This record gives sequence, C-alpha cells and structure tokens, in this order.
Amino acid sequence: MQVFPFIVVAWILAVGLYGVVTSRHLVHQIICLIVVQSSTYVLLLGVGYVTGAVAPYFFDVPNHTPAVDPVVQACALTDVVVEAAVTALLLSFAIQAYKRFGTLDPQELAALKG
Amino acid sequence: MNGLAVQTPYTVPVGMMDALQITLLVLVAAGATAVVLIRAPVRQVLMLSTYGVLLAVLFLAFQAPDVTLSELTVGAVLLPAVLLLTLAKVRKKEQ
Amino acid sequence: MTPRQRRWIFLVAGAGLVAFYLWGLLGLPGFGRYPGPYGPAILRVVVAQTNATGVVSAINFDYRGFDTVGEEFILFVAAAGVATVLRRLRGERDRPAVDEAADRDVPDTSSAVRMVALLSVGPVVLAGWWLASHAQTNPSGGFQGGVMLATAFVLIYLSGEFLVFKRFSPVDLTDVVEAVGAAGFAAIGVSAVAMGLPYLKNYLPLGQVPGAVSSSGTIALISFFVGIEVAAAFILIVGELLDQTLLIRRYSSGRGG
Repeated sequence: MQVFPFIVVAWILAVGLYGVVTSRHLVHQIICLIVVQSSTYVLLLGVGYVTGAVAPYFFDVPNHTPAVDPVVQACALTDVVVEAAVTALLLSFAIQAYKRFGTLDPQELAALKG
Repeated sequence: MNGLAVQTPYTVPVGMMDALQITLLVLVAAGATAVVLIRAPVRQVLMLSTYGVLLAVLFLAFQAPDVTLSELTVGAVLLPAVLLLTLAKVRKKEQ
Repeated sequence: MTPRQRRWIFLVAGAGLVAFYLWGLLGLPGFGRYPGPYGPAILRVVVAQTNATGVVSAINFDYRGFDTVGEEFILFVAAAGVATVLRRLRGERDRPAVDEAADRDVPDTSSAVRMVALLSVGPVVLAGWWLASHAQTNPSGGFQGGVMLATAFVLIYLSGEFLVFKRFSPVDLTDVVEAVGAAGFAAIGVSAVAMGLPYLKNYLPLGQVPGAVSSSGTIALISFFVGIEVAAAFILIVGELLDQTLLIRRYSSGRGG
C-alpha cells in the first residue's frame, strides 16, 4: 500500500503513451492523451494523502482535525477543467486537418508535404 | 498515524479505507487499459465516460471532493459531448 | 520505417522511461505519509485568516490566486483558439446538405430524451449557480459551477433544435460574458494594487461567521467571476463545434426526411 498507487500511475502513463504512439486515428490519439493527463491527477492526489485524515473542509468538522493536503487538490482541480479546453483546441485542429487532407490517420499525415 | 486519527461521522477504519482504495486503483488501471485498447472512436468515447466516473470515485476515496466534482462534470459529460460532436463532423464525409 | 519497427522502438524506449519514472516515484515518502510543511501550515491558519471553511477554494482564490489567474487565461485563450481555428475560411461555403446526408438515416430525437433533458435544465442551472457561489463553504467553486452551467446549455440543445440553442446563447452575448468574467477576476486584483496592497490581496470585509455566504472577502466574488467565465468559454466551444456539424443537419431534416 505504500507504493501501489505510484505503480498504478506509472502503468496508466505507459498505457497512454503506447496508445499515442501506435494510434491510427487522430481522435483515438487525443483520447489516449487524456488518459496520460489523468495519470498526473492520480499522482498529485496520491502525493498529498495522509492516512486516516479527513477532507480539508471544516464546516461540520472541528477546526483543527488532521486533514489531507489541500494544495495539491487545488492544483488538480484547475488542471482538470483547463485541460478539457485545451483538448477542445486539439480537436479543432483535427477537424481542420481532416478538411484539408481528407485523412485522419497520423501516420499518413506525417508523410504529406504541405 | 495508525488507526483512526480522528473521530468524526465520516472516517472509517484504516483497513477498510485501504481495501477500498486498492480496489478502485485496480479498476482505474483496468479502465485506462480498456480506453486505449478500444480502437473504434465512438465506443472509445463511451468507455472514456465510464473511466471518468471511475476516476471520480477514486478521487472521492482520496478525500478530495472538489476534484471529484470537477472530474465528474468535465470527464463524464462535457468532454464526451465535445468528442462526439467532432466525430459527427468527420464521419459525415466518410460515409 | 514501418509501423512494426516503430512499435518495437517505442517498447524499448518506453520501458526505459517507465523504469526511470518508477525509480523516481519510489523515492517519495510513501503513500499516506505526507511530511511536507506547506499543507499543515496552511491548514493551521486558514480559517482564522480568511473565515473560509472551504480550504481548497481559499487556496485557489486567495493564497495561490495568481496561479488561478494564469489558468483562467489559458481557458480564455483556448476558447478563442477554437473559434479562430474553426472560422469559415475564404473559399468554404455551407454546402447544401442534400447530397451529403441523403444516404444516412438520421432518426429523430426520441421524446423521452427531449423530456428528460428539458426537465433537468432547471435543476442543473440551479446546482451550477449554487456551486459557483458557495466556494468558501463546501466543496464547490467557480470551476465546477461554471462547467455545470455549460452542461445545462448542452441539455437545451439536446431537448430541442439547434436553433433554440443558438437563440439562448448568441455568440456576441457569450463573448461579452466570457470577457467580463476574465476581466473581472483581473480587475479585482488590480483594484487591490490601486489601494496600495499587493496584487489580489483579500481586502473586502471578512464577515462574522466562518463559512457563511457573505464571508471571506474577495474569495466569493472571484469565484463568481470565474464561474461565469468558465461557463461562457465552454458554451462557446460547444457552439463552435455544433456550428460545424449541425447547421447542415437542420436543413436535411426539413428537406429530405
């Protein structure tokens, strides 16, 4: 239990990278990129966890109860929403590539010139 | 910290929390593998939505309800909607 | 280089990368044994200093507000980028849809989907607004609330025609709302500078009760601006993509089927 979450993080990263490299469809590639990003969210939250502690909200819990680290949660929170918008931008590039070149296969797109 | 660090209505024994977290981590790893191995784009989008819900439950087990809300709204609803719209655009000409 | 060769080279290099990554991760202090001074230091002082019981939002909008300004502008630029990349280029025109979609069998939206979508629009808007305005109390905040509000507009599209969606969110109005959100956040910071305080300092009255809606100074205000900016950005993105695909579909369902 000490290291298991980090092994899962490395696994998700490896699987996502494999999907990006061996993909034959641009949208499949972008979804594998989303999987790679999700591994960083798990890593952030795994680093800040404290065994036996509560969530850092003190509305109904007394004020100085031991809580997990709130700073990494703040980072992960804005991260999730902003990456969705950046993914939408990538998808719009994919649409324009399809309109211009007629194909969505990244290995054929790499061979095109201009 | 061993055992229960604090007595609130929300904490459970550490062993139970460990078992829950390990189960969810295994499910998330399996979900990520499934998302990558599915090659048909529309099916992959549905699997991504399921993966988003699994991730959200994992974040809840990591005591992070804010990140759970973000991941639920973004990863299970908005991102699949945007992806399906893109796929509708590129499939229209493939037919 | 054939795809098979590429796959083998990736497997070798990827194994090396993952090995180094794991080696680095295993040097961390172990899961559940967070030692670091930053988290407990903030947890000790946050309720006393800001009267906010939602610590994560207090960090997002007060202690690390400068990072959040940057992230919000990333969102702003991404939405503008989608609108720019998908603009109508010189030489493209809306092709009449009869030749494209005539061979595809497009079923009508079922009444069950329309009814459920229509009934959930109200509660979703309410929930999103509640999330965006209660950042300092609960697990809520501008980002989640904004995304939920954008989801409500997607539900409007699902429950009706594309034109109804367009009428509810004209591009000019959404543009203005997004700009107001982004500028409002930056303006709160600048107004602190105008009063001689550091940028984004929390200078509004902190309120009496920790966690009440009117407490915690600028945190609630910033969260509201972030909420409307995120909602407008995602409505713009979805609207752009819908423009691309479904302006044509609307014509086809009237003419062909």
